[in-house]
Amino acid sequence: MFFLKAHRRHPAFRDGFMDMLGAAPGIAAWGLMTGVAMVKSGMGTVDALAMALLVFAGSSQLAAIPLFIAAAPMWVILATAFCVNLRFVVFSAHLRNYLMHLPRWQRLITGYFTADLTYVLFVRAHPVPADDAAGRATQMAYLAGNACINWFSWVSASLLGVALANFIPTAWGLGFAGVLALTGILCSLASSRLRWVAGAVAGAVAVAAYALPFKLNILVAIAAAVMLCLSLESRPALAPESQP
Amino acid sequence: MSLPLWSDDTLLTIVLMAVITVVSRSFFFISDAHWTLPRWAQRGLQYAPIAALSAVVIPELVMTQGVFIHTVLDARLYGAVAGAAFFFWRKGVGNAVLGTIVCGMAVYLPLHIGLGW
Repeated sequence: MFFLKAHRRHPAFRDGFMDMLGAAPGIAAWGLMTGVAMVKSGMGTVDALAMALLVFAGSSQLAAIPLFIAAAPMWVILATAFCVNLRFVVFSAHLRNYLMHLPRWQRLITGYFTADLTYVLFVRAHPVPADDAAGRATQMAYLAGNACINWFSWVSASLLGVALANFIPTAWGLGFAGVLALTGILCSLASSRLRWVAGAVAGAVAVAAYALPFKLNILVAIAAAVMLCLSLESRPALAPESQP
Repeated sequence: MSLPLWSDDTLLTIVLMAVITVVSRSFFFISDAHWTLPRWAQRGLQYAPIAALSAVVIPELVMTQGVFIHTVLDARLYGAVAGAAFFFWRKGVGNAVLGTIVCGMAVYLPLHIGLGW
């Protein structure tokens, strides 16, 4: 991770950093509006600052705010946060082969810093886990560089949002920049016909299943898209993914 | 600033939420145990990134308060189309994602703030 000098000095650190740089303004806008939302919902400044600094998971933060306001029991808030985060459990299955060579404490820290976009850009840049020391060093340095700018833009903007909450109007819709950052990266992933299918199916299912609690529509959408594409892969008309 | 109904446990809950972030993001590599994913699952996970992003993005574009929008006068649609158009026009080269954001916002903000779409 980015606190390790060996990762920061590796040339791949810069690659990871640069791949995230274009999306960083979107991440920052989203973090800013999350900070604003926390304060405007009535959260105390200290609590909002702690949340901005520590939790590092926008969707679970936004899901938790109304529960805090309603004085929900702690276990309800934590269970909600976990359920909203279930897509990360799927990502962790994917990342496992890339990370098992690390000692556990480094794996956990790496997991903590690997949010949606870092995961997506990392497996886009490195579709196959390395099996030698040099390859692993490259991959870990890329991941560190990518996570570094993602964490910094999200957290600094969130803190700014908490501080300036009363001066930033939510009606402008600045948070839409975050959606656009995801849109850009989404476009960059649509590199094969089956991936287009995966994106289209997942989008449609996520809308259809929107009423599910805990953002489970996202999990259902991923499952549906993966299953469908796996079954389509076996049809001869559609060439299987040569580049994963 | 703090409402009276905020419990003293709030800070503890926030710290535990950070723990939840670690546990969920590390779920399948917390244990040191040796096992490998079945091959079909590994293949299937290649579709997870685009599926996950699409599942997050599409509802953000076409839903309001949990309901599918019934109008095409929605600034988000045009912002996203403009952003995606820029991306594909540049064929994703260079900092196309930054261009997606700038282009999308340039279309979104006037429609949203100016026309109230």
